Amino acid sequence: MEKKDATEAGLIARILAGEKELFHELIRPYERMVYLTLLGILKNEADAEDAAQEAVISSYRYLSSFRGHAKFSTWLTTIAINEGRKRLRKAKTAAEESIEEQVEGQEGDFTPAPLTDWREVPLEALERKELREALRAAVAELPDIYRHVFILRDLEELNIEETSQAMGISVGVVKVRLHRARIMLQKRLVPYLKTTAPARRGFFGRAL
Amino acid sequence: MKLECKHVWEHISEYIDNTVNARLREEIERHLEHCEICSAILDSTRNILVLTADDRTFELPIGYSERLHARLAKELEEADNEPQKK
Repeated sequence: MEKKDATEAGLIARILAGEKELFHELIRPYERMVYLTLLGILKNEADAEDAAQEAVISSYRYLSSFRGHAKFSTWLTTIAINEGRKRLRKAKTAAEESIEEQVEGQEGDFTPAPLTDWREVPLEALERKELREALRAAVAELPDIYRHVFILRDLEELNIEETSQAMGISVGVVKVRLHRARIMLQKRLVPYLKTTAPARRGFFGRAL
Repeated sequence: MKLECKHVWEHISEYIDNTVNARLREEIERHLEHCEICSAILDSTRNILVLTADDRTFELPIGYSERLHARLAKELEEADNEPQKK
């Protein structure tokens, strides 16, 4: 067991034994993750915040059902996803059908966009505010099935298995959706990456 | 076997996650050494992931944490709101 998991297990045991206040401490490292999961599903800041509060309260109420087979973060993410899905069903929006029933077809072009000269992309380009805004918009516009996987894996940095567990889909499906989401974003953002001039090395220092 | 660009693109995501097998990884790396287009695609995709994970890209609403813990404190105060026993 990793140290962090052991600390968490200790906290959880104490909370269940009556030290309720420690729940604040248990949840603090994950409050960002819960919010972003729900923002990815509900696509609205106010709804996401409200749902995040509900999800956190639920996780407190059902804490005794956490068994430690999964990581606490994965378990909590599952609760957040369920809360988001419940709200979508209630809202009876068009997104309702899309969340469960979309499957990946072969349609769509999942090839990346070539950059004619990556040397044109300075490190500063990544610091630009417009690029962050463009990225946020591009993520919001991903089809739901791709966005959900992308957010868990690349924003919250769950691994492939944890993403698969939290979403209730197979590892293979996670990989396909993740690949497509990343390629769609790459394609969408290339124009923003190309706009400034001075020659520099790649962000990762790859010799060009 | 010599890899074509298209074949490299199909494995970019897995390559980044380091889940391709050793042989394919080696072939991809050999391809990247001489292919600027694929190197640029790989770097740009990685950069997007770095940017995605950067806390400044996806920010929390101001006061989110305070409101969350206030709501939680209220929940904890109510004596009968113990976590459910199984």
